[in-house]
Amino acid sequence: MTLLRVEGLSAVHGLLPAVRGVSFEITEGETLALVGANGAGKTTLLRVIAGVHPVAGGRIEFDGTEITALPAHRRVADGIALVPEGRRLFPGMTVEENLRVGATSGRPGAWSLDRMREAFPQLARIWQSKASHLSGGEQQATAIGRALMANPRLLLLDEVSLGLSPKAVDGVYDSLQHLKAARTTTILVEQDLNRSLAFADRIICLLEGRIVAQGIAADMSRDQVMDHYFGAHRRAAHGVPA
Amino acid sequence: MTSWVNLILQGALLGGYYALLASGLSFLFGVMRIINLAHGSLAVIAAYALWFIAERWGIGPFLGILAVLPVMGGLGWLLHRTVFERSLQGGELVPILSTFGLATVVDNVMFQNFGADTRSLAPYIDTFAYESWNLPGDIYIGQLAVLVFALAVLVLGGLHLLLLRTSLGRQIRAAAEDPDAARLVGINAHRIHGIATAIAVMTVALAGMSLGMRATFDPYSGSQQLVFAFEAVVIGGAGSLWGTLVGGMILGIAQSIGAQLNPQGFLIAGHLVFLVVLLARLYAIDKLGTLMRQLRRQPG
Repeated sequence: MTLLRVEGLSAVHGLLPAVRGVSFEITEGETLALVGANGAGKTTLLRVIAGVHPVAGGRIEFDGTEITALPAHRRVADGIALVPEGRRLFPGMTVEENLRVGATSGRPGAWSLDRMREAFPQLARIWQSKASHLSGGEQQATAIGRALMANPRLLLLDEVSLGLSPKAVDGVYDSLQHLKAARTTTILVEQDLNRSLAFADRIICLLEGRIVAQGIAADMSRDQVMDHYFGAHRRAAHGVPA
Repeated sequence: MTSWVNLILQGALLGGYYALLASGLSFLFGVMRIINLAHGSLAVIAAYALWFIAERWGIGPFLGILAVLPVMGGLGWLLHRTVFERSLQGGELVPILSTFGLATVVDNVMFQNFGADTRSLAPYIDTFAYESWNLPGDIYIGQLAVLVFALAVLVLGGLHLLLLRTSLGRQIRAAAEDPDAARLVGINAHRIHGIATAIAVMTVALAGMSLGMRATFDPYSGSQQLVFAFEAVVIGGAGSLWGTLVGGMILGIAQSIGAQLNPQGFLIAGHLVFLVVLLARLYAIDKLGTLMRQLRRQPG
């Protein structure tokens, strides 16, 4: 069943178009990775879906209802949760308080403080620490936990491995594997192409705000995606006469 | 000796009033970074409302406040919707200008409606206005002053617990720390800020009641109250609730010592302490930090 449908979606930063006429769908239980170079519009696309970046054109449908104009806090109540780039925890609050805030307007569901302590043992250890005192990996785990506390139907993950040590990234992806096993519908933005290909069911490659390639992750090779990454594929097509 | 103990005790109790007055100012600044220059005028509105209820229906301020609190809360919410929310979009300075304008309007509307007569709520609380307890050492403390002090501790403690222990408090803190991230976790920042303003203005109503019972007021009393509140907040550290209580007490003690030294020293001593603390915060804390770093760098 289609959970999210995006049609001709556009968004701008001032005069600069960041997302240009993007259309795609994601079905329930699927894991989708958005890949592309810096500035391809991945983060903006996630922020538009979450409702914290204005829509310049097109429409967004979630679970069969149009949500294009819905404010961000209502989308959380509907079941869309974003783990933002840079984590964006509330620095003066403890891990527990951050998680509690995450549950404020969420849906009822399986995730609770108790379950969080079981599923993320690394959080249970730092339960009463202030978010500003945590390591990068701990902050990322808390940010993912905070989004999960809303019991989302669609989880948006933006650059979860950015600025983390390789070991911390492994830890974060171990947690994400559990979510994937539980069939949590996820859209992931990840710089590390190998991780994207290994983790996601499907890949969408963005270039300058447009979708230039998409496919089943298992069918795509790293080189194929890399061709699209900086537009090499398109330039080659233009440059070589057919 | 006893006279000094008495002086400090009276000053500390007076500081309770300043702390109560300052709690709303401190809370709003801590939560929304708004410096509300209409704060004192709002306290005077509440005092007039209580005076009106007492004058018209013979209902004393302790009962009247039950009606005035929700009205002032509603006024706060309206104020947020019409003034704060809009002016905040224009940057940090615009709320200062717009609340200054609001204070001018409020003061003059009160002048037009109530005239220049000085009013007080003291006649409506019988002997409570001047009853006192006798402490050993020939010290008398006013029952009203103790009540106001207790009210200040209650309000500041209540706000502290609200922020720390309740879901609403966590939402208020989240919206204050990172409004964008707060929206992402499903917090309706507009609603939360509206509620926070309503709470702040309700504490102002309590301050207005205290003002009216322990002293007199007229339509232009607001600016003087604002200065006291502002000084208490700055002395105690902006945005810190318990600091506000300490700040109010320091201000009150400085004023009563000043009044002892010179009949006109009451206000000047308060202002002087405020300026000293302000300058110390601006300069000495930087210097102190540099000194500490230098000391740490010493080999040893």
